[in-house]
Amino acid sequence: MEQLIEIKNLRVDFTLRSGTVRAVRDISLTINRGERLGIVGESGAGKSVLGFSIINLISKPGKITGGKIIFRGNDISKYSYEQMRKIRGNRIAMIFQDPMMTLNPVLTIGTQMKETILAHMKVSNKEAEKICLEKLRKVYIPSPEKRLSQYPHEFSGGMRQRIVIAISLLTNPNLIIADEPTTALDVTIQAEIMDLLLELCETENMGLILITHDLAVVSEVTQRIAVLYAGKVVELGSSKQIITNPQHPYTQGLIKALPQMAEGAKRLNQIPGMMPSLRDMPDGCPFAPRCAALLERCKHEIPTLKELESGTQVACFMREGVE
Amino acid sequence: MTAILEIQDVDKHFDISGSFLDQIKFADGKIGLQKTVVKAVNNVTLDIQPGETLSIVGESGCGKSTLARTVMGLYRPNKGKIIYRGDRIDQLSSAKMRPYRTKMQMVFQDPYASLNPRMTVKQTLEEPVRFHNPDLSRLEVRDKVADVMLQVGVDPVWASNYPHEFSGGQRQRISIARALVVDPEFIAADEPIAALDVSIQAQILNLLMDAQDQRGLTYLFISHDLSVVEHISNRVAVMYLGCVCELATSKELFGNPRHPYTQALLSAIPTLGGKKGGHIKLSGDVPTPINLPTGCVFNGRCPHANERCRQERPAQITLESGSIVACHGVEEDRI
Repeated sequence: MEQLIEIKNLRVDFTLRSGTVRAVRDISLTINRGERLGIVGESGAGKSVLGFSIINLISKPGKITGGKIIFRGNDISKYSYEQMRKIRGNRIAMIFQDPMMTLNPVLTIGTQMKETILAHMKVSNKEAEKICLEKLRKVYIPSPEKRLSQYPHEFSGGMRQRIVIAISLLTNPNLIIADEPTTALDVTIQAEIMDLLLELCETENMGLILITHDLAVVSEVTQRIAVLYAGKVVELGSSKQIITNPQHPYTQGLIKALPQMAEGAKRLNQIPGMMPSLRDMPDGCPFAPRCAALLERCKHEIPTLKELESGTQVACFMREGVE
Repeated sequence: MTAILEIQDVDKHFDISGSFLDQIKFADGKIGLQKTVVKAVNNVTLDIQPGETLSIVGESGCGKSTLARTVMGLYRPNKGKIIYRGDRIDQLSSAKMRPYRTKMQMVFQDPYASLNPRMTVKQTLEEPVRFHNPDLSRLEVRDKVADVMLQVGVDPVWASNYPHEFSGGQRQRISIARALVVDPEFIAADEPIAALDVSIQAQILNLLMDAQDQRGLTYLFISHDLSVVEHISNRVAVMYLGCVCELATSKELFGNPRHPYTQALLSAIPTLGGKKGGHIKLSGDVPTPINLPTGCVFNGRCPHANERCRQERPAQITLESGSIVACHGVEEDRI
């Protein structure tokens, strides 16, 4: 399979007066053309920062301090602002959590959509409108001609997110990064939006990075899952493997904590404690203070991702011992 | 068994028409005044038995939070009665309501917004105890607060800290402590875990269930997370546009949903390792509660709707299984 994007040893730091927050610590991931990857983690795990850093949207005091992002053969992390603008919204599009915040409330949908097309493609106004209508039909917006002249507040939450998806599709991107696209929406709407994303990725052969905290959602949509904890990937593998046979104690804990996994027991399995602050990380494995299967070595050394026989990569000393 | 709380035919409408000038509308060649009313809760009848957890599920805007707030006396219902252990409480003055406040407490969704940022944990927790038990000595109050803090898993040495010094999960523990500190019998929890991370949600749910076991609490639990609801509730009410469309035991509702809306809602839950697709697709969006559809409130999106559903509002019928459903299709045995 052809490789679409490769993230190599990426580091993102936020330098604050009170200390350096290391939000992304040495993350390596690859996505092939047309592949769907899920990134799961709790708030503060660094998953959104990872998504933003791919299209270089990290604002000060944050900075990519190391690593490479290779997109179609070029390291885009070194691109200038102008060069990046040609990629952003064109080859790589991003969908954010709250569609009301991403759409401009004082411009019509049509204006906002055409703006994107005219920024990236040499087409006439008429042709741009044609593309808009085509994409709105793709996301199942009824009577798109009428809708083009309406403002965001005239749409419901689910419709707005569809429009955001339509905007991201305008330039036929190779990769879509969706950061919690359905968190602000109801379950029935969430199901619709996820079905839509899945369908579009398949028909357009687009890559998808789906960032979410909901394991069940990613397991339905993506082929591979990366579990993030405190700025590091702790487990990476096929969705099926991660769900049915999780290897890292954190992933195991997350899955066991779901009510549908309680199997009749009244009490839920809980992971004690909480994620350490990104400002002062423990010396060893970041999960060590909450881990039930703690080894002496976990307190001093940071485990790295090792591939198991099943193909799952896991960063845990316990699993190294097994092999 | 007598119900601890009865909600009888309650309506809650909000007038959002604004000032006199905003109400002036031009229609049929005449200028007239027109009121805009949001019908948030319509004809809801429920009873809650002592010691049970009754959950209310539904999409945003279906009136579940409004119902909880009406039950707690934060809103006054436009119609209907709220009866707590045989006493009608919906028309009481705030002074007469006071004894019920210690019996009924509420936990809110966002622990960042529901704790006063300028009060220490100690002040937040001591205030309700002092207010409701003015005779207690300072030492007794302190002991009581320390007891409750231990029970919810917040070390009493943190009592002099402010809310911003705690994480979201810890803050939610403090809001639960604030509810427990006056020894209530009944707690309305409005999306208590929605703002929390997955690994913290389990901690808070366990805490709520432990408190129920130890104190024999009754919960009115509001959530949109159906898997959580399935786990912790005895009975579940499904709301749509301010109406209860199905009320059943948790086992019956999740095992054998009858109302078409419940069926669609359940099929939309993402399952771990499940296949995408196969969701029951609902056409259209939730209508606004300002102009309720005639007939069944769900008729515009229901795949089984017929002429009768568009004309006549379905009454609640009790099925053999004990479930209560408001649907013509179920009544006529079409669904």
